[in-house]
Amino acid sequence: MTTVLNVPPSLDDKTFETVLEQLAPVAQDEKVLLDARHTRWASPYGLIALLTLAQTRAERPALYAPESEDTSSYWARTGFFTFAEDLFELAGSVPRTRATGESDVLLEITPVAKSEDVHDVVGRIQQKSQAILVKELNIDAKATMGFAMTLSEACQNIVEHAGRGGWVAVQTYRWQKRLGRRVVVIAVCDAGVGFRQSLETAQGRPRSDRWDDGMALEEAVIRGVSRFRDPGRGQGLAGVRRYIGRWDGKLSVRSGTARIAIVPSWDDDVPLEEKLPYFPGAQMQITIPERITDR
Amino acid sequence: MINHIDLSSVLRRTVCDLYSDLVTRPTGAAVRDGIEKQLTELGARTLTVIDFSHVGLLDYSCADEIVAKLLMRYGGVAADDLPPREAYFLFRGISDSHLDAIEAVLERHGLAIVAQPDAGSVMLVGRVADRERRAWEAMCRLGRAAPVDLAREAGIEPDQVTEVLDALCRRRLVMHFDEGYVAVGSAS
Repeated sequence: MTTVLNVPPSLDDKTFETVLEQLAPVAQDEKVLLDARHTRWASPYGLIALLTLAQTRAERPALYAPESEDTSSYWARTGFFTFAEDLFELAGSVPRTRATGESDVLLEITPVAKSEDVHDVVGRIQQKSQAILVKELNIDAKATMGFAMTLSEACQNIVEHAGRGGWVAVQTYRWQKRLGRRVVVIAVCDAGVGFRQSLETAQGRPRSDRWDDGMALEEAVIRGVSRFRDPGRGQGLAGVRRYIGRWDGKLSVRSGTARIAIVPSWDDDVPLEEKLPYFPGAQMQITIPERITDR
Repeated sequence: MINHIDLSSVLRRTVCDLYSDLVTRPTGAAVRDGIEKQLTELGARTLTVIDFSHVGLLDYSCADEIVAKLLMRYGGVAADDLPPREAYFLFRGISDSHLDAIEAVLERHGLAIVAQPDAGSVMLVGRVADRERRAWEAMCRLGRAAPVDLAREAGIEPDQVTEVLDALCRRRLVMHFDEGYVAVGSAS
């Protein structure tokens, strides 16, 4: 039996939860079909979360591509179908277009599994991000190095902790509904062991009555705790937090059944959400908004 | 003798000849290993310029692996771990973005370095007590200085100056010679 999961018309970090809610009662080895025919828009998080979902299934899932030519063509230009054809049985009209390096896709969907991949990602992002961050988002030229550092640390989270490869994508778009400004978004997803299991491997970790995905996220994201005994560990996420604080950005990290967020004043998200449908690994989104300057 | 280590050359030699960014822990560990190999070929007491001029990006993980771990090993900070030699470092060619990562890791470990930003004068970066900073800056103005002169210049009580100088020497921010003390970087 195949279970059909409806992909929402607008697919982002929030609406992806509706896909996971539909998936929750389905056995892990049961076939699923992700129906994206009516999907019109997807954030980088939405796209790589779909790939990540496919990685978690024992039975290769099917994906119905968006009917809208504009949408499917855009997904193709982000590199989505290049990876999706290995992970899904694709149905519907799948454009042959490949990633073209268009201006709002700062980094096409890129697999990350090892240290060399992080070098590649950082090398590719720097020149393009300089132009876009400065000209379109009014962010200080000096901040572009910090942006690449943030991207590097976010990707290293996969290499160091996931135990398997993941995905990264970076894109800019106009976030009309919530912000009315352009944003640049880094999305990093993996289907690895997740924060709780990673921290559980730490020797000498103090046991407490409460230990769950939410607490593991608080430990790692807020307090900079790492599974390594090396006191220098855990600085990557602290650096990400500093960067988003400096540029009024937002950080959200989902792992297991919880999601934690550093919420800026322009957003109304909750700092910690628990009892979400279980999803393996870790999924991170970093959003940096356009700066409004006095002219 | 002053030695010079160009980090971008070490990166290309030890990791990949196409890289110009210092990112990821494995890269940082490999570069630090390359630096340490060079240090073993030098004398027992050395001043080494670690040159960041041709390094593109430095992330927190790499800053921790290279700068912090080098200081902890050669500054004798790590518990039960005597420094293998009396090594002093001057970090040169540091850009604002390098500084972001370096300051963060120094702060985390309670360390400090002598840094020389692009075409700038030397400065202390990291966690340094006010008295130590005053003494170090006074030493930069005086050149080689005796404790009594330094106490006067830095406005430190004479009976406290030895303690301050010992701390600066232990942290490898100051070199001790027979006749006096010299701030690292002040005569490089």
